[in-house]
This record gives sequence, structure tokens and C-alpha cells, in this order.
Amino acid sequence: MSAPLTSLDRPNSYIGRSVPRPNAKRLLAGRGRYVSDLKLPRMLYAAFLRSPHAHAKIVAINSERVRAVEGVHLVATGADLAKICTPWTGTLDHFKGMTSAPQWPLPLDRVVWAGQAVVAVVAESRAIAEDALELIEVDYADLPAVVDIDSARQAGAALVNPDSANNTCFRSQLDSGAVDEAFAHAAHVVEEEFCFGRHTAVTLEPRAIVADYDPSAGMLTVHHGTQTPYQFQDLYSRHYNIPEARVRVITTDIGGSFGMKLHVYHEDMAVVGLSILLGRPVKYVADRMESFVSDIHARDHRVRARMALDAKGGILAMDVEDLTAIGAFSTYPRTSVVEGNQVIRLIGAPYRFKNYRATLEVIFQNKVQTSQYRAVGHPIACAVTERLVDMAAAKLGLDPFAIRAQNVIADDAYPQTSPTGYRFEALSHQACLKRLHEMMDYPTLRAEQADLRKRGIHRGIGIATFVEITNPSPAFYGVGGARISSQDGAILSLTPSGEVRCMISVTEQGQGTEAIISQIVADQLGIAQEHVKVVTGDTEVTPHGGATWACRGAGIGGETALQATRALKRNILEIAALILQEQPAALDIVDGEVVDAATRKPRLPIAEIARIAYFRSDTLPPGTQAQLTVSHHFAPQGYPFAFTNGIQGCALEVDVETGLIKLLKHFIVEDCGRVINPMLVDEQLRGGIVQGLGAALFEECRYSETGQLVNGSLADYLVPMSVEMPDIVIAHVETPTADTVLGAKGVGEAGTAAASACVLNAVNDALAPFGATINSIPITPAKVLKALKRF
Amino acid sequence: MVTNLASRLMSRWISEETAVKARAFSYFRAATIDQALDAHARAGDDARFIAGGQSLVPALSLRLQAPRLLIDITHIDELRGVRREGSHLRIGALTRHCEMLSEPLIAEFAPLLHAAAPFVAHPAIRNRGTFGGSVALADPASEFPAMTLALDAEIEIAAPSGRRRIKADDFFIDLFETALQPGELITAIHVPLFKADQRFAFDELARRRGDYALVGCGMVATFTGERIDDIRISFFSVGNTPTRVKGAEATLIGSSLDPERIAAAQGALEGDLAPLDSDEVPPAMRLHLARVLLGRLLGRLGEGA
Ligand SMILES: Cc1cc2nc3c(=O)[nH]c(=O)nc-3n(C[C@H](O)[C@H](O)[C@H](O)COP(=O)(O)OP(=O)(O)OC[C@H]3O[C@@H](n4cnc5c(N)ncnc54)[C@H](O)[C@@H]3O)c2cc1C
Repeated sequence: MSAPLTSLDRPNSYIGRSVPRPNAKRLLAGRGRYVSDLKLPRMLYAAFLRSPHAHAKIVAINSERVRAVEGVHLVATGADLAKICTPWTGTLDHFKGMTSAPQWPLPLDRVVWAGQAVVAVVAESRAIAEDALELIEVDYADLPAVVDIDSARQAGAALVNPDSANNTCFRSQLDSGAVDEAFAHAAHVVEEEFCFGRHTAVTLEPRAIVADYDPSAGMLTVHHGTQTPYQFQDLYSRHYNIPEARVRVITTDIGGSFGMKLHVYHEDMAVVGLSILLGRPVKYVADRMESFVSDIHARDHRVRARMALDAKGGILAMDVEDLTAIGAFSTYPRTSVVEGNQVIRLIGAPYRFKNYRATLEVIFQNKVQTSQYRAVGHPIACAVTERLVDMAAAKLGLDPFAIRAQNVIADDAYPQTSPTGYRFEALSHQACLKRLHEMMDYPTLRAEQADLRKRGIHRGIGIATFVEITNPSPAFYGVGGARISSQDGAILSLTPSGEVRCMISVTEQGQGTEAIISQIVADQLGIAQEHVKVVTGDTEVTPHGGATWACRGAGIGGETALQATRALKRNILEIAALILQEQPAALDIVDGEVVDAATRKPRLPIAEIARIAYFRSDTLPPGTQAQLTVSHHFAPQGYPFAFTNGIQGCALEVDVETGLIKLLKHFIVEDCGRVINPMLVDEQLRGGIVQGLGAALFEECRYSETGQLVNGSLADYLVPMSVEMPDIVIAHVETPTADTVLGAKGVGEAGTAAASACVLNAVNDALAPFGATINSIPITPAKVLKALKRF
Repeated sequence: MVTNLASRLMSRWISEETAVKARAFSYFRAATIDQALDAHARAGDDARFIAGGQSLVPALSLRLQAPRLLIDITHIDELRGVRREGSHLRIGALTRHCEMLSEPLIAEFAPLLHAAAPFVAHPAIRNRGTFGGSVALADPASEFPAMTLALDAEIEIAAPSGRRRIKADDFFIDLFETALQPGELITAIHVPLFKADQRFAFDELARRRGDYALVGCGMVATFTGERIDDIRISFFSVGNTPTRVKGAEATLIGSSLDPERIAAAQGALEGDLAPLDSDEVPPAMRLHLARVLLGRLLGRLGEGA
């Protein structure tokens, strides 16, 4: 820990301190309020009949028999909902030339993936609704399914969207420097084709929504397990044509999101429509199988990449082709091409080279949509880059640390612009590399590895540097026409008893947003943290803002809170100065007391100021209007993104007879700028790393040739579990951004960004004596044994 | 290949609607075996016995099974308890997986079951799942059904027509198909007492602790000195049923566990096992893993296990 904003020794100095999250105890005590738990008077339950086909025409839907079922209130098809809901299209203007077909809550005449919701039933209980589903008959006419990415691209391929010429959603190209020339003159070239499996978020609480339309008031209230209530307020308002002021979205506690709950889902849109049609609250909670076939998936990239180096191991150029398949539609409103876009823009980011070319091709297929999930694109960009760097090191006989030390952008060389156009304010690769080397006790690890190899035990050591995009400006979505805010707002009030209430647009998903906001407010105002109440997640209460996406809560939300608090403090001191007949500048606040700025001598509790302002304004000088509520908005300016960086390392053991991999230890050195709460930052890193390790070894959505998801249960889709997880050792380097007073950047995705790359490198390191290589994740026993030619 | 119940459930879902709530059913709590048999006989095909419910309840919730009547057998005292009966241990059908870990008689006289138990699912499931339920279900990926083969156990069955005992060797017929007829109840499993001249070994290969195994194996051998007089080796997760590998057993009987013998036993597996195809584990890989596991377990057996 270093460089806190103010001395950690003074009272109420919370920035840089590991204080527990105020909501942790409540959640542990089982007092969480999740949408899944919510029961409203007169509430009904929705269930959906889903398509068994990956691609088929809907010939007829017969729901006659359902009408007889007692307790069923409504059966709705695509046509029924299309009468009240306008369609949406998942494209953004800044992705030039991208296409995607319009989407409705339920399909009108064609199903495009297996598991797509087709008919909705609303009944008095979920059980009755499910009884009713069994009585609905849908007559389908099979259409050829586009499953495999290669066949999707062939001329004359079956089409996901019959109205389009081919299955291409988007293409993009980057080209800077002189790539061909660099390769022509390179002393060494390494090249590999990588595959990254499709995986999904698997939140503990599945998607959950209760839509409650009150026709008497023309008011729609939606209790929605999402990260972004404002985005959904806007979308429900526009697609159901209800004035924005009459749409209220409330997000209470949420059992995990990881980006998955940012997107528009067909069932969620349908539930809003069902509530409007019925004038009653309607609830829908996805079950686990439904989650697997309808939550967004992520990754699913195939990347061919090569790297040119000079004779000494200096990186000269990279040339990359990323091919990705995204399902039948591009997701709304954030699209499904952001991941590919970030892959090609983040590749090579830690390194100092100028010649870069990349192409991105995004393809439609008959599977569920992919979209943004924790660390969008980062793990792919990182694995491709870092594996090539390791391959180059092996070819040149260099140590993995040495080749990185030689090629990373020097810590004193900033600002820098990457060949892909990203502007880096200040990163700390060298400091991180050095720290990791010490932390891993690298020479000892290597010696141990050599020793064990002689005894037939095959350990691998892998490292991976990374760069993470955080604090996004409107350059991310806004410029593309999306009504997705990159600013945040806060309303801060001094309550009559001298406490503070902060209503802020960033939201809480368990990462501790409310904790850090209360730390910042308490710190900046000079009161105890327990006296700050943070309120989030209700569009009727909290001001409009970006909420949670990318990594922005601390960096942007935190700065918003900081600025708002400073404004409130000025107002409080103004009143205090009037009461005490002092200059405001001569006063300060410490531990809830107005003090003499020079001598720190207590003068007046702020509770007394609040009491006078609220109840005895008659005692204030005439003309005084105390402003003890302030509002403040903050939009990031300066650099379009605050990039962060770090490096991860891991040690593992490969059982070369069984292909099973045991993770022994994981390390990370991370630089997220100002650390507000080290404990929460470490939690973010650990959780993110575990998700990355899941991707590395376990998680994959597997499909049959006909486009059926074959492992849509938690028995078959393997998530990382505690027994298999290694200890994770964490260290920090702090390079605050100068774009804000707070100096904080994001940290939520850093763990996930490089964990899988680390494991990929370590497994290849372990297999090196056998001449076997692995180029795809997840790294399954089958892949290891195949590489070792054991069967 | 269907490796576990969940896969079976999923492949079924693909052509059906998804469900999380069971269809309505009636519930009857039987106090005696006769009551249970009688209730089942009257309900016919539309009834299921429920023991720990760890396999049945998920199947009901997913509507893969929708019986009209559930007959709860967990209050039938006769199905409970572990005791010595002559040269056998009688393990009541309701013995829970967790009791395999805690019951001293099992640790002493059926140590193979004791060794297998920690690999069966997770504590919450072991607290409810029963030995009888596991054997009745006969999931080919399950630990205990396969261990009844290695142990030369006998399954005690109560039928409306009377009681009978079937050797484990004759019990497992095909995928989820056993000698148990609908309406019949497993009352206990009889296991020969583990003896001083015997050794056992158990292990499984799984990607995560508690998962159904990629391949698993347990064995019991009787030794004279270092010579194997008799050995029973049983695999799970290798086919449609738990599988004894008689070819491999035959290569070992009469000899000691030297590397050549072990290699011969590994070689014999090719004739003993015919793993089916699955999307993640090709047959050749499963056979390879079975060989590796057999080699490791025989190695441990040779060291006294
Ligand atoms: C998440 C999860 C993971 C699991 N992992 C494993 C694992 O790794 N290994 C493993 O072996 N198992 C595993 N299981 C299954 C578990 O062991 C089950 O408990 C067991 O298979 C069935 O026992 P039960 O008592 O719960 O039976 P129930 O679910 O009550 O019944 C199962 C079937 O057997 C019948 N039945 C039950 N008792 C009798 C009886 N006495 N006579 C006749 N028929 C009877 C029922 O009618 C039903 O058809 C797992 C289960 C879950 C939920």
C-alpha cells in the first residue's frame, strides 16, 4: 500500500483502508433482497416454451388445450407481443457496416437457436404455467442450421438470416506501420492458431425480473436483477412507448452479474409486455437450464496470429486474424462485436512495437447470442500475445521474464499510443514484472521444476502481462448512438441528525460499490463511515448514470462521489462560518465536528449545523438559505479510457498419464491506480482470477452438430470449485490517473484478463520436454492426452 | 455415452419444454415394507419409491419422471442399520452415503465402501443419498453400484411374491436396468466381511472433486504372501453398467504383482471394456485412462494398499 490521498493517520481517512463492506453481514445473515425472492400482491408467474430446433420455421402454434387449465391467465406468442413492443436491432454506428436482424420479445415466424423462447404462459404459479406448457403444440418445419463457423463462411452456406447475402455480421481491419516489411526482415517469426471455447457467466442467482404495470397510473415498475437500471428504464420506455418518467426500474440485491445481466433478453422484454397485457405483476426467474440456453455466452474466437522478432528478441510486428461466431443476432443494445473489437485492439498492448495488422470477422450462426462478459476480449488478446511471446522466448533461448523485460513499454516512457490507437497515460509493466519475479521466488521455482522433472513430475510455470480498459468515456458506446451513459450522478444530503445520505447512479453487485462510495464520502467530508448511507439502484431515486459496466464504479462513480462531497462540505462550512462568525476557509470538518482549520480545535458538531438549518433557520442571518443537499455529475474527460496493467504468474502440475492439471499457486501484481479499499480490490482480483481459471481448465458450452447445447447443466458444464483453486498471492503497484482527483482506475476484470493465458503458458511449459503444445482453452484432459499422443 | 444422470436429463430436454417444478403427485409415507409394496402394487407403474431423493427429486423437478404417487420409504425401520450377520455385513438400504464414512463396522468390514464414499458427490448429497437408492438406480458412473461387484455383494430384495437375494454379478443388466422389477424394494446389501488376508484399493479420475468420474475403479484381492489367490476388479464410468474386468482379473490370479503382470492386466482391459463414444471422452481415451488407473491401483495393492 502506498500513496494514500491523505495521511492514513488522521480520523476518517478511509481511502486506502480495508474496511468491510457494510452489506456483507446482511447478505451473510440471509437478509438479502433478491428479485428471485420478491412476491407482490396479485403477482403471476411466466414460463416459456422453448424451441427444440436450432433453426426452424414456425408453421403453427396450437394452445387451445391450455385455455382449459385452471389458473392460467394468458398465453402469448410473438405476434401478440409485437402489437405492443417495437423491435430492436443490435448494431452501433461506430462499427461501420455491421448488420443484425430486428428482434422481438418472442419470434414471429422463425426460431434461430435451440432454447429460444417461443410461447409465454402466465399463470398463478410457475408449476401451473409449466403444466400448461406441456399442452402447447408447435408445428415446426426444420431449416438448415448454421452451427460450425467454417461452414457458416462458405459460399452458398445456409443463412441464419434469409434476407442477408451471407452470414457476416461485421468486419474490421487495423493496419499501422509496415507489417509485411517487418516480417520480411525478421530474424524470427512465431505463429500459432488459437481456439477459445464459448463459455457463460453462471451467476448464482439466475436472471430474475418482476414487471408490474399499473394501468390506472400508466406506470411501469420493473424489479430487475441487472447492473444497469437506467439503460433498461430507457429501453422499456422507448420500446413499450411509455413516458420515461413513468418507468421505474429497481435493482435490489443481485446474485452475480459479471456483465451477463447488462443485455436485453427476449424473456425479460416479454415479461414487461405480459404485465402490460394483464395489468398485473408478472415474475420470471430463469431456471438453470434456461440460463444455459438463453444467457449470453462469451468468447468463441479462433485467432491466427504471428509475431516477428529481431535477432535479439525484440518484437517487431504482429499480424492477427480474429474470427468469431456470435449466435443468431447481435445483442442489444451493446452489440456482440465489442469482444472481437477489443481482441484486435488489445493484442500486443504491453509491448513496444509499431507494426500491427489485424482483421476481425464476426459471423452469425444458430446458437444463443454472445456478448459482453467479464473482461470482454481481454483473455483472448492476452493469451494470443503472451503465448506468442513465450514461443518466441523458447525459440531464442530467452527466459520468459527476460523477453518481457526487454519488450514492455518502459515505465518512464509514457504517455504512449499503441499501434491500435489506444492512448496510455501511465502504466507500470517494469515495476510489476520485477515485483512478480520476487514474489514467485522465480529461480527457486525453476530449480524445483528441473528437479522434479527428473522424477517424472511435470510442473509448469507461466506468466502473462496484461493491459485492461477501464473508466470508459462515451467513446465506448455513446459515440455509436447507444443511450448508455458514461457519466455518473450523485445526490448528497446532510440529514437533520448530521449524517449523510448519498444517492448515486453506480450500482452494487456484491463488489462493494456501496462500501467504497461511503469510504470516499466519509473521507472527503470528515465523518465516520457508519454515518454515510449509500443508496443505489432505483431510477426514481438515484440520478441517471452509467451504473455498472466495463470497470467504472470506483473510477467514475468514485470521482462523482468525491466531487459531490466536496460541494456539500463547502456548503456546510459556509453555514458553519455564519454561525461561528468565521471565514469558511478557516474551518474544516474532522470526525463530524467543525474544527478550526489551523489548530484542529473542535468548534461545532455538524449535527448542530443540521439542526439549526433544518429546525431553527430563524436563527440564521436573514437571506441565508442553507443548501444541505447537493447534486453533482461527473463525466470522464481527458483520456478516453484509463488503462490499467499488471502481470500474473502461476505454477501447476500436469499428470502426463491422465491429462489432469493441478493448479499449485497463482500470483498477480496489479496496478489499478489509487486503491480505495485493498480488501475489496483483492476480492475482485481473486474472483476474477477464479473465473479466468474456470475458462482455462473447465468451462465450455459444447454444441452438437445440429446446434443443441449438450452440457446445459451444472453437472456437465464445469465451473471452478474451491478444491481445485490454488492460493492466490496478490501485490499492488499504484499509478493513479491524473484525469481525476481520486486517481482510481478499474480493477474488476484484471483477474480474468490474464489468468487463462498464464495457465496456457504454464501447461505448455510443463509439456515442453515432450515437444507437445496446447493452443486452445479450456485445456481438457482430452486435449493434453491428445497433444501427448497418449491415445 | 451417457455418463451420468444429468447428461441423460439434458439429452431429454432437447426435445421437450424445460421445467423446474414437479408435476403434482400424491405422497404416502410407508411404515413397513409390506405397506410400501402394497401401495406400489395398487398404484402400478405410476408410483416411485423415494429414499434420499437425490436422484429422484431432480428428475421430478425437470419433469423427466412424473409419477402420480411417491412412496416414502425412509421411515421403514427394517431398511435401516448396519450389522454383522455371520460372514456378512448387512447394510440396510437406507444407509446414507455419509454413514459409509462414519460407521465403524463399515470402516472395519467393508473398507472399500468407506474408501469410495468421499468420492460420492458432496457432503449435502451424502447426508441424504442412500446406498439402496444408489444401487437401485444403477447409474453406471456411480461408485457404490460398481463396488458391490468388486465386493461380491448380494442384493436383498422384497417383492410382493416374497424375499430373495441376487448376486451383484447378476443384478446390473443394462443402462439403468437391473434385476429389480417395478414395485420391488431393495431392503439391504450383504457384503462379505473383509478378511486379514485381503487387500483393497479404490480411486477415480475426475476433473473436479465430487464429480462423476471420467473413470473409476475399486478392487478387493485375497493374498497368500504376495501371491494373488483371488481378485475382483470393478470399473465405473466405462459403459452402460458397472463393469467387472474378468480378463484382467484372470491375468492376475495366481501371480504376484510385478510390473509385467500389471502390464498384462492393463493389456487385458481392451478385451474387458468397450467404452461408448461421448462428446468429451473418446473411447480410446477412456480405455487409456482405465489402464492408467488400473496400473496405479495394482501398484498400490502390491505395496499393501
Ligand atoms: C449434484 C449431485 C451429484 C451427485 N454425484 C454423485 C456421484 O459423484 N456419485 C454417485 O454415485 N452419485 C452421485 N449422486 C447421486 C446420489 O448419490 C443419489 O443419492 C443416489 O444415486 C440415489 O440415492 P437416493 O437415496 O437419493 O435415491 P432416490 O433419489 O430417492 O431414488 C433413486 C431411484 O432409486 C429408487 N429407489 C430408492 N431406494 C430404493 C430402494 N430401497 N429400493 C428400490 N428402489 C429404490 C427410486 O424409486 C428412484 O427410482 C449425485 C447427486 C447429485 C444431486
